[in-house]
Parts: sequence; structure tokens; C-alpha cells
Amino acid sequence: MTVSQDSVRMSVAASPHVAAKENVTHIMLWVVGALAPAALWGVWNMGVVAAVLLVSCIGSCLGTEALWNYLAKRPQTLLDGSALVTGLLLAMALPPRTPWWIGVAGGIVAIALAKMIFGGLGWNLFNPALVGRAIVSISWAGVLAESSVPGGWFAGLDMPGTGNFDAISGATRLALAAADRAAGGAYAYDMQAQYGPLLTRNLSGCLGEVSGGLLILGGLVLILKGIIDWRIPAGYIGTVALLSWAFGSDPVFNVLAGGVLLGAFFMATDYVTSPMTKTGRLIFACGCGLINVVGRFFGPMPESTTFAILFMNGFVPLIDRSLRPRTFGWGSRRG
Amino acid sequence: MAKAGFRGGVHPPTHKDVTSASATHRAPIPARLVLPMSQHLGAPCTPLVAAGDRVLRGQPIGDVEAMVSAPVHSPVAGEVAAVTSRRTITGNSVTAVEIVPDPEQDFDTFEKIDPVDNVVTLVRSAGIVGMGGAAFPAHVKLTPPKDATIETVILNGCECEPYLTCDHRTMLERASRVVEGSRIIARTVGARRIVIGIEDNKPDAILAVREAADTDIEVLSLQTSYPQGAEKQLIWAVMAKEVPHGKLPSAAGALVHNVGTAAAIADAVLDRRPLMERVVTVSGMVARPGNYLTLLGTSVQDLLDAAGGFTGEVGRVIAGGPMTGMPVVDFSVPVVKGTSGVVALAPGDLPPAVHGDQPCIRCGRCSDACPMLLEPFALGIRANRLDWDGCDSYHGLDCIECGCCSYVCPTHRPLVQLIRRAKHALLERGARS
Repeated sequence: MTVSQDSVRMSVAASPHVAAKENVTHIMLWVVGALAPAALWGVWNMGVVAAVLLVSCIGSCLGTEALWNYLAKRPQTLLDGSALVTGLLLAMALPPRTPWWIGVAGGIVAIALAKMIFGGLGWNLFNPALVGRAIVSISWAGVLAESSVPGGWFAGLDMPGTGNFDAISGATRLALAAADRAAGGAYAYDMQAQYGPLLTRNLSGCLGEVSGGLLILGGLVLILKGIIDWRIPAGYIGTVALLSWAFGSDPVFNVLAGGVLLGAFFMATDYVTSPMTKTGRLIFACGCGLINVVGRFFGPMPESTTFAILFMNGFVPLIDRSLRPRTFGWGSRRG
Repeated sequence: MAKAGFRGGVHPPTHKDVTSASATHRAPIPARLVLPMSQHLGAPCTPLVAAGDRVLRGQPIGDVEAMVSAPVHSPVAGEVAAVTSRRTITGNSVTAVEIVPDPEQDFDTFEKIDPVDNVVTLVRSAGIVGMGGAAFPAHVKLTPPKDATIETVILNGCECEPYLTCDHRTMLERASRVVEGSRIIARTVGARRIVIGIEDNKPDAILAVREAADTDIEVLSLQTSYPQGAEKQLIWAVMAKEVPHGKLPSAAGALVHNVGTAAAIADAVLDRRPLMERVVTVSGMVARPGNYLTLLGTSVQDLLDAAGGFTGEVGRVIAGGPMTGMPVVDFSVPVVKGTSGVVALAPGDLPPAVHGDQPCIRCGRCSDACPMLLEPFALGIRANRLDWDGCDSYHGLDCIECGCCSYVCPTHRPLVQLIRRAKHALLERGARS
């Protein structure tokens, strides 16, 4: 066969002429896939209200982004999957019985005020899902506190802690541990007894906290797939464990309880709002763990993950500027 | 012990097994050869022949007095049809000598280059340039700066570009010439150590070269990773030395030549043979992919026809490898001294077409992949804003344009393309000031 140049419709571009298959949508879908088991297990245990929360958060994020793009006459960006991840993470970070309209408000804040106003994907300083959660948790603190209490359907089912004490308070295990600590150990709260339920089926806390085990599993999948850098969860969780132990609390309990797992594997690892260098990521992660633990033991509320990560997000530009890699051929030779 | 390599890099599918197992064979004699007077970096040659002249195989048809240049020889016996301006692979039009070959060719005989004792002169007379693709005149590299001491001669047998196997075949089929070439180079520059670096995905080539070499030559198996064959990365892998910013490899005591160039140097010195043909890998969407011993001046069209034409829809034809090669827009352009491959890619092989400015999601993949330890994301953002000072402060001029950053970018930002533009602007500005 003779080649005819006219028979082929050529495209011309500068090198390289090949690209890796992994694109932003694949990455986002892997994150969704890694979160899905924990989310579905949460819905299974928490019922229809949790499903409504998921739908309202995700729908609100997608809708806000689509509307913003439309009004700003920008190309639509929903297919990159990042708004889906933000919506999912926002729902996971809220109590399962959060009213749907709070989910919607959180989604609007996350996308409009924390992402699109900065220029969209890649330009935001703070994690959008956490900004959404932070704003609604301040705005409707009372409503959200009530939302943590498991409702009638689940009364008597695996209440946290031991006996009536927990059923009456309905508080999270972290709050119980804090109350026990404040009372000088008067309640004799058994933190080791909480490992099992925290890993498998924890009905007090956020939707994403129902199963720590599934979060760890999802996080490990992302690490093995090379989607997230192990340094962030390792640095974060390691710091939380070490400091909790130093402050005289149970390190494993402090890693499993509250938002640490969701934060360390899925929130602090957000590309846009974490450092670019490996050392930077480790410093960032240790900072998150430090603030999380300090907030937990000495702050006004034990659930300090959100603010720990948001606080460290603010340091990312500084970390990146301070730890620029030494260009090959510049300065001292290594090896 | 960990295998020698470098930091960063990518691992694109190699597609090398398509062509690596079949022996090199000669492409048919085309009806007409087009020999550009500029097949190298440096001053273009002046034609030494005119339309109607008879030429012999190996006869010089273009030369110039300049130091950084290389003469051009006729690869065939035939008649000069024209001396005109012709388009080349780069898209530029240059003066070219068009030759109609005689139908019968004796490839075993050729006009020998003038006998001289000086290797540098011989190599220049033979018209040898870097055959890995850079096409820098070889004799210039054999004349290192006076104040430099070359400790180590490194032959580059990495061939890290996907699809290409011409160096692989050369190492298998002409191992003794490769080895002999390395000895000639080392003698010429006074180097004591000779290392031939080959990626570990070519164990048969490593074996063949080891067999041909004596104890005076180290044959080093290197990590298979793109761009292991980039000069600075190869020097690092072999010598654990960084070529300082803005300096030549001689500053690190190294001289690097491609294995194909070394074989050509051996041919020039031992046989007084000028450079008239080269091995070209033709691969991708062609019926008979393989390595073709190709007369310089053969058109891409003739070579594609020799390979049996396309087997399906083709989205782009590349001269060279897909990571750094040039798209061929006009199939009538000729194969030149630096053309290592002609690769026909299917539309699905190409990076997806992107429209408008794609966001950087700060994933860090480009920084992890950059073998120069640059931050391509930061350079890309600054180049996009035409912030050349910013590009300079992020060491944009150190970019070797290997394309790893663009390759890995999950939003397909044209990073190396943006950095290339910044380098161009910075060099232009530097030249003006």
C-alpha cells in the first residue's frame, strides 16, 4: 500500500506526542471510589436521612459550580469530578442527621466562596469541603449538635460507650472522653473498648466516621494507586498518636475517634491545598496533627480536625516557597 | 545494589518489541534523494555541485569553512537534478541538493575521505554529527575546551525514547564498531575511562557489547526510565556528578556520544567512510515496522512506503521518538543525519486535544517527574502570563525539554511547550542585552 498524505487527517502539535493515561477525572473518580464503601456503610446504618444529606451536598456542589460557570461564561467543569468529590467529602464531614438545607448551604459555600471565587479548581487556598463544613458548623452550631444524636429508629442500637450515660447524652465518643478527662477520670471511660466500634460501626459522629476501618481501607487504596502521598496520612496520624500519648491519652483511640482518619486520608491530601514537595507534605501533615491534638485537648471543642487542616492550608504557600527543590546542576553536588 | 539511574523521569509504554527483534535491512533506493545543506547544528554548507553534475557515492556535495558544521556527502552514484530550496523536518526551508540515483548501485564501494592522521579532521571530513537526534557536529565534541580534562567517555546506548530501536540494533549488529568507536573517542580526548551505558530493557545489547569489549571498557546496565539517555542524567547515572548549570559536560569531566555516532566514527577512522546512510526505526501504524538502513535524503514518504504503508487511521507521523520528536507535516521532507525514527501514531495514541487554559491541580506529578528537579507547574503558570523574569527565577533555562511534565500532567497542561516558549524569550532577551 502506498501512503497518501491526503488520506490521513493529521493533527500537529509540539512534543511530547504521547501522554499518561491518568487524567484529573480518573483521579477524582478514584477518590470517590475510595470513599464510597465508607459512605454507603454510613447510609446503610444511618438510614434515609444520610442518603438525603449526601444527595443535597453533592447536588448543591454540582449545581453551584454549573451555575457559576454559566453566569461567568466559563466552560463547564463538572466532568473533572472535583465538585463531586467536594460534595461527597462535605456530606461525610457532617452529622448524618443534618437537615438537607444545611447540606445545600454548605455546598454553596464550599463551591462558590471557597473555590470558584478564587478562579476555580487549582486556585483555592483552603479545602472547599472543610470551608463549607466550618461555615455551617458555626452558623448552625445548635442544629448540628442535635443532628449528632441518633434518632428514634436507632435508639438502643449500639449506643456509644457504656450504658445509659451515653444514651442520654448522645455525645460523640470524643466528647465523652473529654468529659471523662475533665472529670479527672471519674467516669472511667474505657477508650480501648471503643476501638472495635470506631473501626466498624460508630453511630455517634459524622457520616464519614461510621467506619474507620473502611476509611483506612479507602486511604490505603489511594496510596497504593499513587493518587495520594503516604506522607500526609502518615505524618498526620503519627503526630496525633504520638502527641495523644504524650498528653496521657490513648493514642489509638485518638486516631480512630473524631475526624482524624477522614481528615488525614481524604481532606489533608487534597492536591490543591497541600504542599507540592515531599518534605513540605510531611511538615504540613505534622502541623495538622499537632493542631488537631492541641485543639482536642486544650481547645473549646474536641472536634478540631476541620480547623487544624484549614489552618495548615494557609501555610501551604509559605511551605512551598521555603522548600523549593534545588535544581539539578545548581549548588552542591550530592551522592 | 540499586541500579544506576536518576531522580524523576517517567515510564511510557516502550512499544520497542515491535521492531527490536528484526534485523536491520536496507530500504529500497528511492527515485530521488533530497540532501539539505543543513543537517546539523551550526553553519549550513555551501553546495559543491550544480544541476547536471555526475556524483559518486561518498563524494562531498556540500561543505563550509566554519568550525561548527559538517560536510554533506552523496549517498549514491547519480546525477544532480537540482539545487533548490527544500522544506526539512523542522519546517524550515534550506538549500538542498537533489540527486537522481543510478538504478544500479554498488553499496560496497564509496569515495573515501582524505587520509589524515588527525581523528578530529577525519571525523569532520566524514560529516559525522550526533546521531541520537541532536545532530551536533561530532568533531566539535572531540575538541573539548583547553582548560577541561575529560576523565570519562560515555557512550549513550540508553535509547529511552519509546518505539525507537535503531541504537539497539546497532549495538547488536555492529557491537565491535561501537566499541572501537568508543576507544577512538577516548584516545582522541585523552580519557582514561570508557563507559557504555545501556538501559536494562536491552539485555541482549548489553551482552553483545560486553562480548565485543575488553576489560578496558565498562558496560553499565542502567535503569529503564525516560529520559535516561539525556546527557546530564546519563552522566549523573554513570559518574554521580552533576553538570553545573550553564556548563558543558566537560565541566564534569565527561564526554557523551551516542552509540550510533561512535560506530560512524569508527567507520570514518578505520575505513575512511563518510556518513551516507543511517539506521531509521519505522514503527507504529505501519505494515512492516522495522529498522531500515536508509540513504540520507530518502523522503519520509519513501520510507513509509518501504514499510508497507499505514495499517489504519493515523493521527500524526513523528520524526524521532514520540517524547521529543517533530511532527511531520509534509511527507516529502527527507531523512537527515539526526533522524532516528519515523513513527506513525494512531489518533488514540496522541494526548487528548485540550481547549483553552487547563487548570493546574497542584498534584506535583510534574515536579516528581522532572529530571532537572525543576517545578514545571510554577514555570507553566509564569510562562502563561509571559512573566519571563519569573521563569528565569524558577530556572526555566535549565529545562532540557524532555517532555516528562507534559506527559504526566493529569489536566494535560502544555507544560514543556510553555517552558520552551519562555526559554526562547529569555534567550532572545539575553542575546539582545
